[in-house]
Amino acid sequence: MAKVRGVGIAAVNYPTGMNLGGDPSQALIHATTTGNFVISLSSTDLGQGLKTVIAQIGAEALGVPFENVLIDTADTDTGPHCMGTFASRATHRVGNAVIRAAQEAKRVLLEVAADELEVAPEDLETDGQGFVRVKGSPDRSISVIDVALAAHFKYGKTISGRGMYIKPKSEVDPETGAMDPDSAEAHACTVAEVEVDTETGEVTVLSLKSVYEVGRQVNPALVEGQIRGGSWMGMSHALYETTHPYYPTVDHMPTSFSEYLMPGPMELPEIEMRVLEYPSHTGPYGVKGVGEMTANSPIPAIANAIYNAVGVRCTELPITPEMILRGLEEKQAREAMPAD
Amino acid sequence: MVAETPLNVVGTSVPRRDGLGHVTGKTIYVDDIKFPDMLHLKVVRSPIPYGKLNGIDLSEAEKVPGFVRALTHRDVPKNVYTILTLIGVQPDDEPVLAVDKVMYVGEPIAAILAETEEAAMEAVSKVRLDLEPWEPVLDVEEALKPGAPIIKDWGTNYFIYDYEYGQANECRKVRLGDVDKAFEEADFIVEGRYQTKPIEHAPVETTGCVAKPEPDGRFTVYTNTQALFFTLDNTALILQIPFQKLHFVGGTVGGGFGGKVDVIVEPLATLGAMKTGRPVKYRFTRDEEMRASSSRGAWRMYFKDGVMKDGRIIARKVVTYADSGAYHRHTPYAVTKHAANVAGPYYIPNVWIDVYCVYTNRQPGRAMRGFGVTPASFAVEVQMDKIAETVGLDPWAIRFINAYRNGDIRPHRKVVDDATLIEVMQAAADMVGYDLPDEYRQMSSNDREGGNG
Repeated sequence: MAKVRGVGIAAVNYPTGMNLGGDPSQALIHATTTGNFVISLSSTDLGQGLKTVIAQIGAEALGVPFENVLIDTADTDTGPHCMGTFASRATHRVGNAVIRAAQEAKRVLLEVAADELEVAPEDLETDGQGFVRVKGSPDRSISVIDVALAAHFKYGKTISGRGMYIKPKSEVDPETGAMDPDSAEAHACTVAEVEVDTETGEVTVLSLKSVYEVGRQVNPALVEGQIRGGSWMGMSHALYETTHPYYPTVDHMPTSFSEYLMPGPMELPEIEMRVLEYPSHTGPYGVKGVGEMTANSPIPAIANAIYNAVGVRCTELPITPEMILRGLEEKQAREAMPAD
Repeated sequence: MVAETPLNVVGTSVPRRDGLGHVTGKTIYVDDIKFPDMLHLKVVRSPIPYGKLNGIDLSEAEKVPGFVRALTHRDVPKNVYTILTLIGVQPDDEPVLAVDKVMYVGEPIAAILAETEEAAMEAVSKVRLDLEPWEPVLDVEEALKPGAPIIKDWGTNYFIYDYEYGQANECRKVRLGDVDKAFEEADFIVEGRYQTKPIEHAPVETTGCVAKPEPDGRFTVYTNTQALFFTLDNTALILQIPFQKLHFVGGTVGGGFGGKVDVIVEPLATLGAMKTGRPVKYRFTRDEEMRASSSRGAWRMYFKDGVMKDGRIIARKVVTYADSGAYHRHTPYAVTKHAANVAGPYYIPNVWIDVYCVYTNRQPGRAMRGFGVTPASFAVEVQMDKIAETVGLDPWAIRFINAYRNGDIRPHRKVVDDATLIEVMQAAADMVGYDLPDEYRQMSSNDREGGNG
């Protein structure tokens, strides 16, 4: 009886966004006379940080400071339509809609600033710091708040924009399955190291080391959050979780977290990551999306590491100590048999 | 929309504005919303997986102090529905409240509205059900055998695809090339059976909402749904009221993972508010979240691969059975996503995929992070290691040899144009100090010139 270590790898793709029913989202932007810009949406933030990421994209596209972009979302009376936050779609779809709305609003911003500065709008640019300035003459500038005030009180204009992004519905060919069901392919490769106790069948995950390629990262700290959370979830799916321990029967279903196993802080492995950026040609600033995929590659990487450690091929999830011990018994019986 | 000029804000780790509120408990979630005259809704659920519902006796429940009223299927204007009707999935197959049979443990049969949550729970416990158990169908392959009891009204235990084309296909099919011919040419055949089991989404915040009648005749629904308009539209369809009557307000969701794209709590809470004229809160207990609300579906996948001595996979045949549980929910859609991805991120010229959406007497499967791709990635990547062992290559080599590249055609005939699998694997090898042979080091996703291709 021993504790045996093994290493396993898994490489995956993930199709982000999904449009088998058509997949639109809208955004509206307007400037208030405070100099803030409000982005109105009906998209929900699931705790992953959508509101932060969308404000970043809006600030970038408008050319104003992040602090001056507010997100007004998740109200069906005031926010335009969004399909919802799922399928790794929100940053991609809503971000694209926000860029389009920002382009329309920025056009008015520059027109009004041009009248105030007595230059042509095409000679102006935003500086990202709250000013509109003449290209090549940074001393000739006007603050965004002064432009907003002038637009409202002097010129009778709204600095506002409408944005829409839709990937049209993809039909599926009944004979061949030909379809175009997604917007981008993100990729990951995870290397897992495990230690298997051959006496108890218990698996300890020592490390999960992953490289991700998710297009452009809007907010690297939030991408890291997804990868860390997903590493934990993938490990949990691989070794711990099911509501049906005796699947396919419905016996002994858990009713609370005291009966539903998940890894705790003590079980957390070393998590290391690197993110490559290959901007996609369909997403806002090259975004592909990172929402769902981070739980996927750790699962087979752990299964493959177990095989590498003890020679037991686990093809059912979750991989329980019982499965490992039965696998070890079968392997011993097989090896004890005389070869034909 | 790739930027040509340097970026200021995109690409920086600005702190999230709501982070401090989350970690100090200041963020307002749906369950924090209360109104003075608010009622609580709790649901009477089936204790058996399959059976005939002969009657519901509410007489003892009605005596519980605080009991206000009950709702049964007769109170629901359009009781039988399916949420993906919004993208054309039919037929409607799921009752909001059971009519004359139950299809899974935890299926809603009646709703109780009471002055307090405790009173609602006590009244639920006093409801007597007259149920006649039937033998449940629990295994996806047993469900498809001739002579198996048929649990769905349309006469099969599987979803019928392509009815919109006037066809009746028993599964989602993907076909590329000629697998049978390729299997004959292959040096090795590698087979595998893979099974995943249902998993709970386990959000910190359980599913819930508060529906409030407004003086102008509309209803405001505070909800933690992941998809406001999708849920609004389905609620209006079930209640047979104009969409304009509903105002849905979301906020920060305390974890979704796909578990909050079903439309379960909003229709009943809004119906309760319509019937009583008072705000109604309906929130799941952790037990309901685990046993009654839907789970990650279970998937059974059979792989047969034809492989050459040099490691190239020339044919892949996959038959998958997705366990949808008792109703559609999102599984017919997940099946299509699975079918498009179950060959993995590899170039395989001959592919034959059949994916069945199968109904069983368990809690419905539904959307969850990875939606049909998570089980596919598990099966594909364990299968890759089996192939590597069969051919006598290491696990890195088998993946580099077969990795898809830009310009390759995928089984669902989408041409690859943003591949980076090779670059990601090269970086991963560097990260763990694996000494990658030159032929794989020199490969690129952009062409098939470098290395072994």
